[in-house]
Amino acid sequence: MFAIPLAWLQLKREKIRLLVALAGIGFAVILMFLQLGFQDALFESAITLHKSFKGDIFLISPQSTSLIAMKTFPERRLYQAYGFAGVQSVSPVYLGFGIWKNPFWEGPPQPQTRSILVIGIIPGDDIFSLPGMNENQDNLRLTDVVLFDSASRPEFGPIATKFEASKSSASLIKTEVESRRIEVGGLFTLGASFGADGNLITSDLNFRRIFTTRQKELIDIGMITLKPGANLDETLARLKQNLPGEQRIDRKKTPEQARQDFVVGDVRVLSKQAFIEYEQKYWQDSTAIGFIFTLGTAIGFIVGTVIVYQILYTDVTDHLAEYATLKAMGYKNRYLLSVVFQEAIILSIMGYIPGYILCIGIYNLTKNATALPVYMTLSRGILVLCLAMIMCLISGVVAVRKVQDADPADIF
Amino acid sequence: MSQEPIIAIDRVNHSFGAGRLRKQILFEVTTAIDPGEVVIMTGPSGSGKTTLLTLIGALRSTQEGSMKVLGQELRSASEGKLVDLRRNIGYIFQAHNLLNSLRAWQNVQMSIELHGNISPSESRDRAESMLEAVGLKDWAHYYPSELSGGQKQRVAIARALVCNPKIVLADEPTAALDKKSGRDVVEIMHDLAKKQGSAILLVTHDNRILDLADRTLNMEDGRLVSLDAAPV
Ligand SMILES: Nc1ncnc2c1ncn2[C@@H]1O[C@H](COP(=O)(O)OP(=O)(O)O)[C@@H](O)[C@H]1O
Ligand SMILES: [Mg+2]
Repeated sequence: MFAIPLAWLQLKREKIRLLVALAGIGFAVILMFLQLGFQDALFESAITLHKSFKGDIFLISPQSTSLIAMKTFPERRLYQAYGFAGVQSVSPVYLGFGIWKNPFWEGPPQPQTRSILVIGIIPGDDIFSLPGMNENQDNLRLTDVVLFDSASRPEFGPIATKFEASKSSASLIKTEVESRRIEVGGLFTLGASFGADGNLITSDLNFRRIFTTRQKELIDIGMITLKPGANLDETLARLKQNLPGEQRIDRKKTPEQARQDFVVGDVRVLSKQAFIEYEQKYWQDSTAIGFIFTLGTAIGFIVGTVIVYQILYTDVTDHLAEYATLKAMGYKNRYLLSVVFQEAIILSIMGYIPGYILCIGIYNLTKNATALPVYMTLSRGILVLCLAMIMCLISGVVAVRKVQDADPADIF
Repeated sequence: MSQEPIIAIDRVNHSFGAGRLRKQILFEVTTAIDPGEVVIMTGPSGSGKTTLLTLIGALRSTQEGSMKVLGQELRSASEGKLVDLRRNIGYIFQAHNLLNSLRAWQNVQMSIELHGNISPSESRDRAESMLEAVGLKDWAHYYPSELSGGQKQRVAIARALVCNPKIVLADEPTAALDKKSGRDVVEIMHDLAKKQGSAILLVTHDNRILDLADRTLNMEDGRLVSLDAAPV
């Protein structure tokens, strides 16, 4: 309708002010991206292991709250499940945190140690879809040999690089876990999570050699794989009916949720989807993480809103006489309001773009420094763009009231 | 007279403030201006000239009396009516009041865009030929801050006259200019308005331009005295 893009021309005229505004909005955009990105990364890292399980149904103790606080339950339950129709195989999984000694530490005399998640599985069981698992199945059968997660945090020592280098010389990396002497027999890739800075996979026998107090009959996770074509819901219902013990009904769950996540006697049965959600729910509801990052995002939003408001308000004030002139010429209030809102939209988009680009770089830096899965996603990109626009529109709504002050009778 | 006056003012009073601070500025102002007439209004500072101009220009609501502009009664007219009427009036202010972020031709174009569907290229041509008419052919691409005071005021004249308004209101347009360029600016405005048949109401203190007027009005303490038609 209007051939002259007044909003853009006015912004462009004040170059310094425009740059300040864009820097401010870009800063707010980066702040929101970082907070949301870190939050997603932390929640994502918490379920990487869950997602990599190949099974369809999982048994855990009803007292377990998350991967970092697992309680054990009798492995008998798992083998009872093996007998039901539709079940192809069952695999026990043992979990424990052990103290790992960095074998390449050259600092002060005392050794550098760190807690690492040890996962015990029966050699030959096909449990994880993780890079490096298939090649190393045979190594699992060796006594006191572990597989090391090459994406663990660097504090465990340069295990991955040294391992690749030592391949030819056939001298394996030796160190201690829980004071038990072990050797690194291979590498796989999982990644650090909230609860675990690094991961080891070993055989169930080796697991009990490391954690000498653990009994064979008590396991942490029971993984059930269904026969091809077997129905998940029917199998779950069969487990609910036939596992020993009383069914306990959680009234907070919808019937749909209760079908995939229920307690029978001394086990809790979960579909894979429910198993992932159970872990996510723990981190979202039972920790302050979600709150802290939402707060951080809100602060970014508020800082951005204040900056844009300041810029728009100054801009309107500077142009008040001009706006009054336009009103005297016969321009309606509506036109002037649209100019201010156009300025707000232009600012938000122009500030978003450099913020977005910078953020991809910061995400990469963070990923390399923390081993957390931080990366840009389309949905987050759109979310922050929307937030940036809302931010600028709110400032626009407040600043635009100033336009009403432009009185055409004052300019003669 | 055969013609209907283009501005008909009948016993207009105007006051500022309320209650004890209320102060009447205009008293029983009555006059009429015909289409194409050039009227100059003089009078001491503070006598109410600007106030009258803002009433005629529909920039303020008329409080008392009758104010008919272009055949429309402005007293108790709606805000929308007032805004529509403004589009048919060319305003020239004491300060040029150009938009600083726009080039000279864009300032003129802002006025053209208010009037109907004119393609951008056509309105640009009109803006540039109007600037040529006020002697700024080579300055169309400059920003106001790059122009002299007289040049800015000529851009303002181009902006006010580009849409052939029936009425041009000018409030001390030469006050910020030196003698020579002041006279030039008023002559340009006068000639263009005459050519278009626009009526001009021009407020000035400048005695040297009184000769351009068809008629002169004098404002004193809020009362209008027509010098030509003064009772003997
Ligand atoms: N918005 C206003 N509020 C109150 N008083 C005003 C306002 N505008 C003008 N006045 C007063 O009205 C009187 C006439 O002013 P004005 O019309 O500007 O005179 P002139 O243009 O002849 O110098 C002055 O005394 C001025 O102080
Ligand atoms: Mg005045």
